[in-house]
Amino acid sequence: MKLMLLIFLAGELRFALHDEPKTTDPLMTADESAEAIKYLTEGVLIRVNRLTQKPEPELATSWKVSKDSTKITFQLRQDVKSFTSEDVVKTFRRLLDPALHSPVADTFKTDKGTVKISAQGPFTVTAEFPAPTASIEIIFDQVAIGSGLGPFLVAERKSGVSILLKRNAAYWKRPLPVVDTIRIDIEQNRDLELLRFQRGELHVIDKLTPDLYERLAAEAPGTAVDAGPTLDSEFLWFNQAQRAPIAEHTKEWFRSTAFRHAISQGIQRADLCRVVYRGHATPAAGLVAPSNKLWFKQGLSPEAFDPAAAAKLLADDGFRLENGVLRDRGGRTVEFSLVTNAGSKTRVRMAAMIQEDLGKLGIKINIVTLDFPSLIERMTRTLNYEACLLGLVNVDADPSELMNVLLSSASNHPWNPSQKTPETAWEAEIDRLMLAQAATADYRARKKSFDRVQEIMREQEPVVYLLNPNSLSAVSKQVTGVKPTAFFPHTFWDAEHLTVKPAGGG
Amino acid sequence: MKALAVGFLVIIVLAALAPLPAPYDRQFRDSPDARPSRQFPLGTDDLGRDRLSRLIYGTRVSLLLATAAALLSCVTAAALGGIAGLAGGMADTVILGAADLFLSLPWLFLLLLVRACLPLNVSPTISVAITFLLLGALGWAAPARVVRATVRKLSRSDFMLQARAAGSSPARLLWKHLIPNAMPILWAQLWITIPAYVLAETTLGMLGLGVMEPLPSWGNLLRELEGGGIAGHPWLLAPVLLLAAVVGSFQVVFEREDYSA
Repeated sequence: MKLMLLIFLAGELRFALHDEPKTTDPLMTADESAEAIKYLTEGVLIRVNRLTQKPEPELATSWKVSKDSTKITFQLRQDVKSFTSEDVVKTFRRLLDPALHSPVADTFKTDKGTVKISAQGPFTVTAEFPAPTASIEIIFDQVAIGSGLGPFLVAERKSGVSILLKRNAAYWKRPLPVVDTIRIDIEQNRDLELLRFQRGELHVIDKLTPDLYERLAAEAPGTAVDAGPTLDSEFLWFNQAQRAPIAEHTKEWFRSTAFRHAISQGIQRADLCRVVYRGHATPAAGLVAPSNKLWFKQGLSPEAFDPAAAAKLLADDGFRLENGVLRDRGGRTVEFSLVTNAGSKTRVRMAAMIQEDLGKLGIKINIVTLDFPSLIERMTRTLNYEACLLGLVNVDADPSELMNVLLSSASNHPWNPSQKTPETAWEAEIDRLMLAQAATADYRARKKSFDRVQEIMREQEPVVYLLNPNSLSAVSKQVTGVKPTAFFPHTFWDAEHLTVKPAGGG
Repeated sequence: MKALAVGFLVIIVLAALAPLPAPYDRQFRDSPDARPSRQFPLGTDDLGRDRLSRLIYGTRVSLLLATAAALLSCVTAAALGGIAGLAGGMADTVILGAADLFLSLPWLFLLLLVRACLPLNVSPTISVAITFLLLGALGWAAPARVVRATVRKLSRSDFMLQARAAGSSPARLLWKHLIPNAMPILWAQLWITIPAYVLAETTLGMLGLGVMEPLPSWGNLLRELEGGGIAGHPWLLAPVLLLAAVVGSFQVVFEREDYSA
């Protein structure tokens, strides 16, 4: 009876998040769950359309970027009740307050200073950047302005259980969202999430793992959607940090470009895509996914699987194979640990395949799964790990999105974070090129710089890019209007226009 | 009963000789998720690994290590429970207090914590040995309480009184009277603890924190059932059946031993 009641509640969209949002403050969001709630409940000046990837007016009706790309002027909507330029200025004043430590604010800070926001009238706002900034308007997609300006409002929050959103009756956009409410359950177990979807308790699954996608495609054809390649990537890297508490000889292997190339050549990327991702991924060609047509460096192709070439590279670098065991110059067995997050069956499977591939080169890999907080602690603070297998979710196609990963000073620079000055010439060159591309609005100049960054990343391979997964989601036949995209949020990015038919309605 | 004992023995022998009866130890990447066939009697897993081979190896890992951990628990429990029961007084209070403390520990979180603190670059064999060692070291408290109660009761029994009155030395009292009479309880604790540790490993395995790849164990073999994909794939139940058979055999075969002891 309870289930029947649930099913016949018309006008409610239901889906699940895998974790409780870490914050309710839209200016402090860093995790995917909090981003999802922010996306559905907050208003922004400009929204990047997830389908077209073009910026579209929201609370700003229009905007104008100065010729030198240091200033952007927004004209705000005048038909939104109690919304003026003061709200925008107040939001930015709080966002840029150093005491807040907002992760969203990082985008608005450079080594030359921070953005200055000022009101030029009740409905005009100007943002002045200390240096020319590329794709200046796109970054405003991340900043939630004021409160209560989004299509939905949080009506109820049960910690660890669910979040109920209701239609914002005072929403400035017309028509109002079609669905009355959105029920978001917190469901960590992806298998249970799928079972609940199949029972009709959930209407969409934003991100399916390949095995669950295959199962759903077989059991309920037409509900599993492969929206094609994403900008995301799965990769592994070696800890090269000077201060990392790991053996010096291990660091020496990891700092050898030949060693890293050999590892890259020894991994069968095509098998990872075919076996682990069931064909719903493509071998990665490098830093940028080929689906990012605007910024991908044409001509780059995935590293070919070539164990003979890998063995030769290792031999030339002083390694030798003895009775199937690879040894370095000092006679030490080449053995290291590869950490990944526990709970990701996909990554554990990838690690097992890499383990077998590299075993053929005489390299012994010990796979270690850690719960995510322990893994992050090791990656960012203690640096107590050897190699790591993880993925990166790219929500934006622009190179500036990768600044916090590629700059040697960045805390998220995976292989050697938070360097005071670049420790290698090629990292210094990447720093220079990334800052150069960010300091101009000229696409050709930016592309030239970023192409070179991609080439350096390929020449040095501090990160061994493995594959670019497809966007896999599930959409119930009860929901109409869903247009899955390769960008987050994949299925509910257009939630205000989705309709939910009662169960049994086809 | 004989059939059960023989079946149990066959499982033990197969597990002990794992490299011989297990046909494959590599990935057949062109045949992932293959259905049972002559080549792969239980099919292959999602990486194309022969399930039968992994089941045989997994049985060895789970049974051997669970038995070792149970032995460690029971020996510790016998020593501490014995001292508490015999000596009484302060020793009894301290040991009982420690047992209560260990019983109140959330062992799963403790294992996760210890696991996070361990050096990373250890082979899967050592890693799993450490996990079971921890299980064994943490699991002494419950059997220790049982042993303590038994020893306390035995030490006040009539035959012990008679032995003391006949002038038996403390060592003779211990070896000739106390230990032989406490043995059935110790055996029972061992046979209860082994399946408990097998199940603990499966819990860790289900969480992805048990035995590491490429080493198979019942725990990580059971992970294949997580998604509820048994319908149309009954062979996935093989590790469950084996686990149930072994745990059941333990209870039946050794319970009988206990009574005869």
